[in-house]
Amino acid sequence: MRRPDFTQVAEFIVGDTQADRMVPPTGITARLTLLSAAAMAFLAVFALALSVATGRMADRWGDELARSSTLRISAPTDQIDAQTQAALRVLEQTPGVASARALTDEEQRALLEPWFGPDLPVETLPIPQLIEVIEDGDGYDAQGLRLRLSAEVPGAVLDDHTRWRQPLVNAANRLRLLGWVSIGLIFGTMAAIITLAANAALAANAQVIAVLRLVGARDSYIAKAFVRRYTLRTLTGAALGVVLGLVAILLLPSAQTAGGFLTGLGFRGAGWLLPLVIPPLAAMVAFIATHLAAARTLKELP
Amino acid sequence: MIELENVAMSYGGGELLSDISLQLAPGSFHFLTGPSGAGKTTFLKLCYGALMPTAGHVRLFDHDVRNMARDDIALARRRIGVVHQDVRFLDHLPVADNVALPLTVSGRDTLDETVNLRELLAWVGLKARADALPPELSGGERQRAALARAVIMSPDVILADEPTGNIDWEMSQRLLQLLVELNRMGKTIMIATHDLNLIRAAKGQVQARVLRIASRRLQLAGADL
Repeated sequence: MRRPDFTQVAEFIVGDTQADRMVPPTGITARLTLLSAAAMAFLAVFALALSVATGRMADRWGDELARSSTLRISAPTDQIDAQTQAALRVLEQTPGVASARALTDEEQRALLEPWFGPDLPVETLPIPQLIEVIEDGDGYDAQGLRLRLSAEVPGAVLDDHTRWRQPLVNAANRLRLLGWVSIGLIFGTMAAIITLAANAALAANAQVIAVLRLVGARDSYIAKAFVRRYTLRTLTGAALGVVLGLVAILLLPSAQTAGGFLTGLGFRGAGWLLPLVIPPLAAMVAFIATHLAAARTLKELP
Repeated sequence: MIELENVAMSYGGGELLSDISLQLAPGSFHFLTGPSGAGKTTFLKLCYGALMPTAGHVRLFDHDVRNMARDDIALARRRIGVVHQDVRFLDHLPVADNVALPLTVSGRDTLDETVNLRELLAWVGLKARADALPPELSGGERQRAALARAVIMSPDVILADEPTGNIDWEMSQRLLQLLVELNRMGKTIMIATHDLNLIRAAKGQVQARVLRIASRRLQLAGADL
């Protein structure tokens, strides 16, 4: 394998100070390019966080929830214990069920708390008993289990979550796709902004370019001064934007246990390294955009 | 060096130059004259590849400009020093940097060249103005700076377009002196001018041929000047 030539990259960053001086510094375009790159990188961090978070959510819902279901037992208070025991017995004998567990009063109260407040006297209310069923890898035959339960535990209703899980997984997947499309659009916009800025700079410096051509400068020499400038500006701006974006995400309120996906926005573990890809990628976009703009402009000059 | 063969040049509808043939031999000294608008500047532009002829062939150092890539033209220009009519500089850089520009863009910006640069600036009498910006220079100083820039690469050919256009007679004489000296060093010189006094002044010092553009054609002017 050929080793990448880092000296060339280093040379590009250090630059030919002479070549750089040939083009007069442009205050406002420079600052605007920097600002745009920073803003776009900032947005890219959020789009990336959205994609990653919704991806994680889709996986969780598709995976964990797919393997759990709920059995609800509604029965008169004096029968509820007996029916619960009967249902647990049935579940233990059902192939494909890894474990089944009746929720305790505390857990049920915790589930109801968001709706009824903390001081609900669960014991005195005729609320149904919930049983959490965890499937093993192969899953169980829901239809068969329903038939058997209706015979042995008349008050039991099996909910295998597919009814509401599938739309949620779909929504999460769609959201993830939207996140990636946003990232694509952000980079496309960045390329457009940089191309416009570079074109403006090339047009503003037409006189300089003509003089350089006249004294025998090659196109590559002239292009380099512009390309280097815009690439480094974009790199700096994007780095700034990413840092600000990450700080903003760190400052988001942390996810609650009952957390919706909005508060779950963020990165986990190695995922925090993902946004670091944005500045080099932005610099690459800037490099290509400026290079094409310069090549196009120079070709039309004598 | 520079060779034109049956060259024609037209802008838009009308033909400005037609059927022009000329060979610039090494060490020759030419004046190019003719009424303004006759195409002197166009002729010079053809000679350094800034314009492509609409017909005929222009050869720079034995290469047809039509077959030369942009980089080839750039390399050829390093061997042709041009003193532009409207002397163009990079206004944000000092005179010394502007004169050294051809060295800089060709990557020959070395330390011993800076010694040459100082000598060259002294030769054109701009030593004291080396750190001034081009807009601060007088007309004559700009013309001399342009000449210094044209010769710093030690080119084979020097093309000067109205080098004495907006300077007084004394300064014109000095500039001509510089060009004559360069010719004695073996450089090929071509000066476009409508200043007949300048041509007369040169005749005494150098074997110069006078070309005249009239009714779209290039003619060798008589010795009656």
